[in-house]
Amino acid sequence: MLEISQLVKRYGHDEPVLKGLDLSVEGNSVVSIVGASGAGKSTLLRCINRLIEPTSGSIKLNGTELSTLKGQALRNARRRIGMVFQGFNLIDRLTVMENVLAGRLGYVTFLQAWRRRFPQEDIERAFQLMERVGIAQYANKRADELSGGERQRVGVVRALMQEPDILLADEPTASLDPVTSEQIMKLMRSLASELSLPVLINIHNVAQARAYTERIVGLRHGRLIFDGPPERFDKAALDQVYGGIEAPDESMAPTPAEENV
Amino acid sequence: MSSTPHRWRRQPFIANPWLRWTLIAGVLTYLGWALATLPFDWQRIGEGLPRAVRIFGGGLPPDFDRYQLLLDGFKESFQIALLATLLGVLLSIPFAVMAARNIVPRPVYLVGRAIIIVARSFHPVIVAILFVKAVGFGPLAGILTLTLYSIGFVGKLLAEEIEEIDWGQVEAMRAVGAGYLSTLLYAVFPQILPRQIGLSMYQLDSNLRASAVVGIVGAGGIGSTLMNAFGRYDYDFAFAILLVIIAVILVSEGVSGWVRKRVW
Repeated sequence: MLEISQLVKRYGHDEPVLKGLDLSVEGNSVVSIVGASGAGKSTLLRCINRLIEPTSGSIKLNGTELSTLKGQALRNARRRIGMVFQGFNLIDRLTVMENVLAGRLGYVTFLQAWRRRFPQEDIERAFQLMERVGIAQYANKRADELSGGERQRVGVVRALMQEPDILLADEPTASLDPVTSEQIMKLMRSLASELSLPVLINIHNVAQARAYTERIVGLRHGRLIFDGPPERFDKAALDQVYGGIEAPDESMAPTPAEENV
Repeated sequence: MSSTPHRWRRQPFIANPWLRWTLIAGVLTYLGWALATLPFDWQRIGEGLPRAVRIFGGGLPPDFDRYQLLLDGFKESFQIALLATLLGVLLSIPFAVMAARNIVPRPVYLVGRAIIIVARSFHPVIVAILFVKAVGFGPLAGILTLTLYSIGFVGKLLAEEIEEIDWGQVEAMRAVGAGYLSTLLYAVFPQILPRQIGLSMYQLDSNLRASAVVGIVGAGGIGSTLMNAFGRYDYDFAFAILLVIIAVILVSEGVSGWVRKRVW
């Protein structure tokens, strides 16, 4: 269970990006976070695994306070938090298998990492997960030879290799074409339920948020202004979240199939 | 249609005309002054020309009779260049990491930069003179000189390469909980590897060239052989050495270019 309370992030003396945010995610629900660019979605996710240092507030994962951890304790906490990135952030020049095993870097020693001698169970798990998402045949291919959708699958598998307690996804489909991005959203939803894993997805695509997640959280100017099931995310809520800032990426299409991308 | 045609001219490089003309006038004045005040002894230059012709004439035809000496000199130069490149390239990695602003704390960065600046601030010939004084004539002085030179050059360029890596990969490794060294190993080194190989090849090439030069001040190798030949007025042998140096540099440039192209 993830509990965020009064989270503030301020860069220098500028206006805070996050202004006292409260959010809790229980069980294995898939939550999407929507909001215009600059609303603080990415900052929120990165505060959770401390890629960005929160200014104040508390973030608890399964009872452990994350916001004050340092050094080894922080790294140990991070390895239980999987993250999927918009730009995939794969190690392009390494193979798919090395990228997948990189998900275990928090668990193995430097020497093991250097010599690529990962424990047998890690290799088993890697093949299982790669087979599950359909990339096992690429194990020894270089990561930059894969297509966007395949690369994001590698990204998802790498995160799952961590045996995470929670999965964070920062605009995981924004670099993908519409069909592929549907596939990735479906994949993440089914993996979440198979592994009973809570998932937080930053997403620009409101139609996909409505179709693939159980709960929508709307951010605007660093504040949480909507929190509820997709059915309640209506035209009024959409205007509240995006109104006057920019048009959302997608129209309020009732089904993803009708997207006009 | 309007009657006056449009006019357009390229904007001058320095927009302010006053500044522009002052700079041009300043450069011309300095050039005139410098040429007028440097002591060019035209008579001596006149005498020197036939002497130069004689030296070149003495070099023809080049004399390859003492090829054994030539081979020994080159063998030593190769050894110096190879060892110095290997040592320099390996040692440049930690210094490059230290000198990359984005992956080390500021104090470490300053120390790393300082080391690289010192290693780069003297021409190899000056360093060679110092090392010859310190460890005596011979190849060791050459190896030490070129190692230092390689650390400075490769370290600097590698540090700049590290500062320009795709940060997303580092972020991803941090997010999985990887430690500092593992992050370097997975997120940083693969990204700079092609550059590192290219630089190593270039450095081998450049060290081979430089090993001939530092030999002249006593740091071993073909440079010493060349210097001896000049000292004994063996211009034909010296000319043979020069020809072989050119050939060797051509070959090494070809090889290093080919290797660099193969690393994608």
